[in-house]
Amino acid sequence: MSTALLAIADRVVEQAAPGEQVEAFVSRGGETEIRVYGGEIEHFVSAESEGIGIRVIRDGRTGFAYAGTLDEAAVSEVLEQARVNLQFGTSDEFAALAEPDGVAVTAQTLWNDELASFPTDRKIDLAKELERLGASFDARVRVDDANYADAHAEAAVASTTGIRTAGRENGCYVSLSTLADDGDGDAAETQTGFGFSVGRHPDEFDLERAAKDASDRATRLLGATKPTSRRLTVVFDPFVTAQFLGVISSTLNGEAVVKGRSLFRDRLGDTVAAPGFTLVDDPTNPLAYTATDVDGEGLAARRNVLVDDGVLQRFVHNSYSARRAGAASTGNAVRGGFAGTPGVGCLALSLVPGTRSQAELVADVDDGLLVQQVQGIHSGVNPISGDFSTGAAGLLISGGEVGAPVREFTIASTLQRMLLDVVEVGGDLEWLPMRSAGMSLVIRDVTMSGA
Amino acid sequence: MIDRDVLERVLGGAVRTGADFAEVYAEDKRSTSAALDDGRVEQVSSGRDRGAGIRVVAGETTGFAYTSDLSEAGLTRAADAAAAAAANGDDRTRTVALTPSPAHRPNRIVHEPDSIDTARKVELLRRVDDAARSVGAEIVQVSAGYGDSTKRVLVANTDGVCADDHIVRTLLRISAVAAGDGGMQTGYKVLGHTVGFEIFDTVDVDDLARDAARQAITKLSARPAPSGSMPVVIRHGTGGVLFHEACGHGLEADHIQKAASVYAGKVGQQVASPLVTLVDDGTMPGEWGTLGIDDEGHVTQRNVLIEDGILTDYMWDYLRSRKGDHPQSGNGRRQSYQHLPMVRMTNTFVLDGPDDPADIVAATPSGVYVAQLGGGSVNTASGDFVFGMTEAYLIENGEITEPLRDGNLIGNGPQVLRDIDMLGNDFAMGSPGTCGKDGQGVPVGDGQPTLRVAALTVGGTAA
Repeated sequence: MSTALLAIADRVVEQAAPGEQVEAFVSRGGETEIRVYGGEIEHFVSAESEGIGIRVIRDGRTGFAYAGTLDEAAVSEVLEQARVNLQFGTSDEFAALAEPDGVAVTAQTLWNDELASFPTDRKIDLAKELERLGASFDARVRVDDANYADAHAEAAVASTTGIRTAGRENGCYVSLSTLADDGDGDAAETQTGFGFSVGRHPDEFDLERAAKDASDRATRLLGATKPTSRRLTVVFDPFVTAQFLGVISSTLNGEAVVKGRSLFRDRLGDTVAAPGFTLVDDPTNPLAYTATDVDGEGLAARRNVLVDDGVLQRFVHNSYSARRAGAASTGNAVRGGFAGTPGVGCLALSLVPGTRSQAELVADVDDGLLVQQVQGIHSGVNPISGDFSTGAAGLLISGGEVGAPVREFTIASTLQRMLLDVVEVGGDLEWLPMRSAGMSLVIRDVTMSGA
Repeated sequence: MIDRDVLERVLGGAVRTGADFAEVYAEDKRSTSAALDDGRVEQVSSGRDRGAGIRVVAGETTGFAYTSDLSEAGLTRAADAAAAAAANGDDRTRTVALTPSPAHRPNRIVHEPDSIDTARKVELLRRVDDAARSVGAEIVQVSAGYGDSTKRVLVANTDGVCADDHIVRTLLRISAVAAGDGGMQTGYKVLGHTVGFEIFDTVDVDDLARDAARQAITKLSARPAPSGSMPVVIRHGTGGVLFHEACGHGLEADHIQKAASVYAGKVGQQVASPLVTLVDDGTMPGEWGTLGIDDEGHVTQRNVLIEDGILTDYMWDYLRSRKGDHPQSGNGRRQSYQHLPMVRMTNTFVLDGPDDPADIVAATPSGVYVAQLGGGSVNTASGDFVFGMTEAYLIENGEITEPLRDGNLIGNGPQVLRDIDMLGNDFAMGSPGTCGKDGQGVPVGDGQPTLRVAALTVGGTAA
């Protein structure tokens, strides 16, 4: 239970020397991962892990150390090592731990007892059933892998500044990858698809839909050709929009702002996006896959409106970036486990959805492209300069109708222009297994680069 | 790390319910990192990761569990959990006898990271910060990171393998931001080797920092990259990622055995221009993907994958070798003891060709010259791959002219390999990389001479 972890964190904090700020982050978790191939279990992973990260601040200098164990002797060593490390840092007047800010925690149901006791053989059956469904819709489709995974984690944070919080959560998902084959000899081609379903409990899975998505995604691209280069209007599928919002979020990161690395750093109050574009980070929304009650520093997670009807309203901050910006933490400290210190990031990002379906959006497009997948967002987008270029695959749109599949091309613009070129936000909001929701999104004047 | 008799008992217990293979992979890793940003050394951090992953195989099924408890009791619990998933109902006693292998250490470490005072590591960061900012007033921000790690590895299995390794990594990265009338641009350089602090005796980190700064400043006057298909020349020592994506992943035997690669069934066939000889070599001294043994205890080796354009072999790990009745190639790797091994590259590179690099540019009337590539990714089944360009120029009338803004390039692996029509004689290894596959990242190296691809699609916005 988390009380045991909190006790470990408390014992570390009690050892703080006068003049020292000490924070301990303690976590313990486990995972099950089952992969099925050809009706058999390909692998079954079952594991538990734990660890502690300790931050010490003294005279404006910060030191950090961690260990992947909660063994008592190791914990003492970690505290000592963090103290040794701090002497090498530069003194920084803004360096300090988060302090309680009085914002009430929105209670969340992040733990499901039934998942914790869900039997192993039923997990295996789910993966096998998903594999069977994946190949059942189309004779050209085979399944590359079908997976069931669940994870549980408990964590506690305590500090000399009065932070003291603990909690636990669990969740599960199923996913599959598909291959669709067509043609023979030199004309032989294979395209790929994927599908998934997530939940707090396996009862929430929609296996049928995950399998159908994976089958359709692969078969739709069979026969795809390389399009000719031109400028056109793109309609992003929800999954693509979610990835796009993830890129946008790095430009609204308070740490990037205070260090002069955000292209929107001087733009608060300005119009940076088209009317109707309202971007909200809200981890208190229980529908969000990444919903949470507290952030990585133990402050209450909260709803923040970042862009309101095209106007830039706010950046997201942890306590450090906020102090430097002369603002208050927005509860956006993010932590990648016990082995690192909290950074800044959006927790559960979404656009306020519009009202129309994807089919209605497409009907308004004369020459366009329905983007089903993007490839290389990490390598072709520079969030500091704003240059956006990514590989893509999808279906051409002509006269309001979806037509031939295309692949092996890129779409390019700049982040600054794309936000202003948003035509409409779809009403088909979907929470995805990532830090962003997705919905269809129409953007005009994007360069398609192909043959 | 663990006594041999303990390993023998744990392995024997892991296969007592009828599994045909069990393996213990143990590691003890210590790491130090320091980060400078905005002129401040923000934080020095250190960590320790220690644990073991136990794999049990019965037929086509693998059970896997890991633990941070390296006692016999802890290992036995993990072995039981792994065995529970991979059993055929037998109950028998099996004796395992381990034979320790002689050490294979491609790298000679002069200065172990632990022997160097932290102050000297931090001092490097201040130096590169000063050097980058000295290049011009346009430089508005610099961040730099230093990292080292020392990892001891022990692998033992029921086939009697008992091998260990000692891997040291040292890395320095610098990123600079320049600001001008047209907005901000970035420059990035990274240095990393599988050796200790002695790397800084031979590499001038000030030069590296100035290069990152110059790259950012140069791009302030960059114009949008062109769009469409055109000849692309890639500078030596930066384009290895092209081969990593265009064919490297597609030559991994796990994709081959699932018929999820465009290169399945093509051994002995012409898959690339006759200019191309592609090698994966885990033994190159000091390189980022170099290991003494792979993460299944198999000694690393040099593997020729494509020779004069003909596909000669794939890369193999234990499971795929067993299934394909083929020798292991030293390519079984994993991110840590918490991960299952799979087929991965080590250092992947193309050998020298016949051309003078200057002639390659001169022979190109118009196109793009890529001086630095970023990351990439590939769909092994369709062969479509992308990679980012982070420093590139136009080629006009056989000369390198104006700088271009960042963008992606896209191509289809088998087509691009055939379209390599000039290959330089100036081979160089590239920057350290992290290769991601199925959620696991492992360090890899790459390299190539200057080369030209007759047609690649450049993903810019200009007509």
